[in-house]
Amino acid sequence: MENLELFRQEVREWLEENCPPSMRTPLVPEEEVWGGRNAEYVNPESKLWLDRMGAKGWTAPELPTEYGGGGLDRDQTKVLHQELFKIKARSPLNSFGIWMLAPCIIEFGSEEQKHEHLPKIIKGEIRWCQGYSEPGSGSDLASLSTKAVDMGDHYLVNGQKVWTSYADKADWIFALVRTGPQEPKHNGISFLLIDMATEGVSTKPIPLISGKSPFCETFFDDVKVPKENLVGVENSGWTIAKKLLQHERNFISAFGLAGGGSGSGADVVSIAKKYLGEENGKIAHPSHRDSITLHKMKEHTFSLTLQRSNDEGGKASAASSMFKYYGTEHNKDRYELMIASMGNKGLGWSDQGFSDDEQAITKAWLRTKANSIEGGTSEVQLNVISRRVLDLPN
Amino acid sequence: MKLILSEEQQFLKDTALSFARDKTPVTHFRGLRDASNANCWDSSIWQEMVGLGWSGILVPEEFGGSDFGIGGISVIMQELGKTLTPSPLLATAVLGVSAIKMLGTEDHKKTYLPKIVSGEITTALAIDEGHHHSPFNIEASATLSGEHWVLNGQKVFVLDGASANTILIVARTSGKSGESNGLSVFMADKDSDGLEISKISTADCRNYANISMNNLALRQDALLGAVDTAGEIVEKVLDLGRIAMAAEMLGNMEEAFEVTVNYLKERKQFGVAIGSFQALQHRAAKMFCEIELTKSAVMAAMHAADENSNELERLSSLAKFQAGETLHLVSNEAIQMHGGIGVTDEYDIGFYLKRARVAEQIFGTSEYHQARYADISGF
Repeated sequence: MENLELFRQEVREWLEENCPPSMRTPLVPEEEVWGGRNAEYVNPESKLWLDRMGAKGWTAPELPTEYGGGGLDRDQTKVLHQELFKIKARSPLNSFGIWMLAPCIIEFGSEEQKHEHLPKIIKGEIRWCQGYSEPGSGSDLASLSTKAVDMGDHYLVNGQKVWTSYADKADWIFALVRTGPQEPKHNGISFLLIDMATEGVSTKPIPLISGKSPFCETFFDDVKVPKENLVGVENSGWTIAKKLLQHERNFISAFGLAGGGSGSGADVVSIAKKYLGEENGKIAHPSHRDSITLHKMKEHTFSLTLQRSNDEGGKASAASSMFKYYGTEHNKDRYELMIASMGNKGLGWSDQGFSDDEQAITKAWLRTKANSIEGGTSEVQLNVISRRVLDLPN
Repeated sequence: MKLILSEEQQFLKDTALSFARDKTPVTHFRGLRDASNANCWDSSIWQEMVGLGWSGILVPEEFGGSDFGIGGISVIMQELGKTLTPSPLLATAVLGVSAIKMLGTEDHKKTYLPKIVSGEITTALAIDEGHHHSPFNIEASATLSGEHWVLNGQKVFVLDGASANTILIVARTSGKSGESNGLSVFMADKDSDGLEISKISTADCRNYANISMNNLALRQDALLGAVDTAGEIVEKVLDLGRIAMAAEMLGNMEEAFEVTVNYLKERKQFGVAIGSFQALQHRAAKMFCEIELTKSAVMAAMHAADENSNELERLSSLAKFQAGETLHLVSNEAIQMHGGIGVTDEYDIGFYLKRARVAEQIFGTSEYHQARYADISGF
């Protein structure tokens, strides 16, 4: 404990010296940092902040120092997050590389792959995207058909991925491909790392019901991928894929908590008081007030459950399905309550008649509909709980 | 506040688990019900609990207890809840002890706490007067007349009221019904003149009584604490009771759920286990999530109580709310998923439904705590 306090002191002093002033102000969307070869930094201090945190390895505090990570233990990481929170520091880097890929490379990758890819992920030099879903393979992901044919020194990849977030901005993609067309579907999949700059890779954005989106279609036409970019053993990619999905679920489920997720981050209670009015400090409309209270109580128990899981030393497991299911359903509920509280002010599409905040909430409401679909639908999560936690038969 | 059990709490939980499995499986409760046992709990089992020190878990060491806190008693209540074990633990070891500890003089504590620890007396807290829990809607009055307090009024649905030796009565010494000011707590022997105790028969087959006071005359030292100002402490006593109750309900739902999931794996229709049907699987998975949330709410509330957190009221309401909502769901689904045998008396699952509805009422329903949570939170 004493050491931990010492560490806290060090962190505090380092942050004081190294966190640029503008990085302690609320994030504006244009200044969000995702790193990568083609990153543009509207605010030069964003780059400075990323470089400093990246050099410390604190963009990935728990990864080993030999690969450029922070080498911190769980308690130290918590201290780091508390201190960052205290000075309202912005996240130096958003990264699918850190959130999803890095834990899998650590577990399944070769020593060469760790040294090649992890430092670039941690420093934000290379931006990654995820190539999982295909037009014919959504919930039944294991039926995927993008094929990689062994050509001796390389694989020849042909096929199409869909729902690839930020494929148009990413430098590399981690993709599931079929290498064993004769094998049972789960046993013929491999996990491949592909440079998006390779000839034959192309992308096309997908507009959503909420408007513009980071989602793309990604096409592979005779793409040559070096053999050393295979992670783990050929035809055993499904194991890696499942593990990675747990990491993805963990991070999507955090959206269930207020402040996370898309949109204005506005609190449903203050929205309700603003648009429905207040009586003696209470939300004026009793049945809206009841629905919102229920929602807030569920949110409270959900956040206590995330905390308990963490205190119990929770690792990614079947419990991540519970968090993904509950968190995303809860987030959808929040936005339904928000637009209901706003009445006709919750239904704007563009500037005429609606403020920026109002439009943002309406768009966010539409965007939340995808929360319970992406990363495995709610129904798939319930299947996982039934089978793996409750051990109910197939 | 870390949301895990301490070593002591884990030990108490393990002890209670073995006790419930070995001494008081559900057949124990069924036996008491079939025999129309007057107390609705077994005195030799209670003496064994006393022997394990459970009556003194909230009692300070100087009065013979172990002072293990609400966390300690809650994990015991949770395990006993799994087998529907009836006992005076809640009314005596939580409500009685807490009221005497927080309101009483040194003399009160010296007189009563050791007797509770040794199992010599059990207690009941008489508070509600209407059809719904409403701790400040109190009309029962106490007036000082010469050397005595004289009490008049009616109390209903008093937990363990039909078996307790000592009744703690919340009465109004000033103000009017609905106000938290003007309340005082008195202790009366069950055999006092002017105290009429009538056992009521409830669906869960536990011990409750309606109590009327007709010019019940009590000595001045029967007053527990100061005059007029007990309201706030009574609310705190109730909060501790709500947390312990929520823990028992957590045990109820865990067991009802486990029994149901096992049934889904065993019962075959259309040539397959009914647990292979997605319509049932998803409902089971949703219950699993709600039970996990309940565990967290109960644990946060019991830690808050033991750490004297200023979040106690909010977390106690959250725990009782979440336990009530989830037990309601699980007790209904358990019956439905059992199909025909679920509604037979021969099968135990129906006991959980009957206990559930009564437990939901005790110290406030989910609706009550939802309203309280909203007010505390400033919604």
